[in-house]
Amino acid sequence: MEFNSSQPIYKQIIDDFKKKLIRGELKEGDKIPSQREYAEEVRVNPNTVQRAYREMESMNMVETLRGQGTYISISADRLEEIKMEMAINLVDYFISEMESLGYRQKDMFKILEQEQSRMEGERR
Amino acid sequence: MIEFKNVSKSFGSTVALDDVSLVFPRGKIIGLFGPNGAGKSTSIKLIMGLNRPDRGEIRVDGENPQKKKQDVAYLPEIDHLYPWMNIAQAADFTRTFYADWDEAKYQELIKFLNLQEDMKISKISKGQRAKTKLLLTVSRRAPYLLMDEPLSGIDILTREEIINTLIRDYREGEQTIIISTHEIAEVESLVDEVIFLDRGQVKLSGNAEDLRVERNMSLVELMKEAFRNAD
Repeated sequence: MEFNSSQPIYKQIIDDFKKKLIRGELKEGDKIPSQREYAEEVRVNPNTVQRAYREMESMNMVETLRGQGTYISISADRLEEIKMEMAINLVDYFISEMESLGYRQKDMFKILEQEQSRMEGERR
Repeated sequence: MIEFKNVSKSFGSTVALDDVSLVFPRGKIIGLFGPNGAGKSTSIKLIMGLNRPDRGEIRVDGENPQKKKQDVAYLPEIDHLYPWMNIAQAADFTRTFYADWDEAKYQELIKFLNLQEDMKISKISKGQRAKTKLLLTVSRRAPYLLMDEPLSGIDILTREEIINTLIRDYREGEQTIIISTHEIAEVESLVDEVIFLDRGQVKLSGNAEDLRVERNMSLVELMKEAFRNAD
């Protein structure tokens, strides 16, 4: 995992787990690495990983069972919420950057459609 | 916890630290950053009790550093190993000085770092010497680990090995690591707290993640900005 050093690392760790949940790579009941394993794997301060794991618990994404490890524990509603949050963040960013370039909604839609069909064409 | 209260230290006419007040919280990995001559090594030597401040005071868990030497493991910047020793002999030498030597950890780390006990200090590479210094320092179970420029002049792969060792070996909550370095990019994801020193004064300090949130900048960028404003 590559980190962007100008953003808090614990948030990037949480986002990575969110994406894995949204894509279905992680599911309810799956065991995730221990904090120590994860710290070694991504080469991050164990205190930072601890902060991320603690936050994910309070966000109702994971549950830590004493002596057994940390498991994905998320309701379907909560997952849908997280998915929506991430989408909104991306769109908000897109809109504010486009507005700063002087684009109006109509032109944004146009460019979105154009780009989407171009990218689809490339994938084919 | 290590505390500096209004600490000043000069060497002749050179001011190394100028009325510095600082707290190194317990259980954190703390980056001590700044250019050459900022006062990083002086700070570390004062904590070690190798020097005394001209003014002000330093407390290690509330006590005089001279009394806490057994609680502090130190990795000096200079090459302090005897060239005629091999790694096993250098380990023996350290072992006799410190009651907190952890033989099991030493055995495990020597493998992890790809070192061998019969390697002679005078014959090994600079990177291997750096790893040997690390091995001897972290094989102690000292609550405080002070490292003075552990990454300088070392190739990128060895730097990674050193950082991996620190992460792997770090005892959360109970161990405090202070790393002085100007290789900030290398330790971005390693440090909890940062202290930027410049010409004997604290330019900026705080929690690394909080600083990223507040300023939207990496530690490298923060350092550059702090020093641009200084001029």
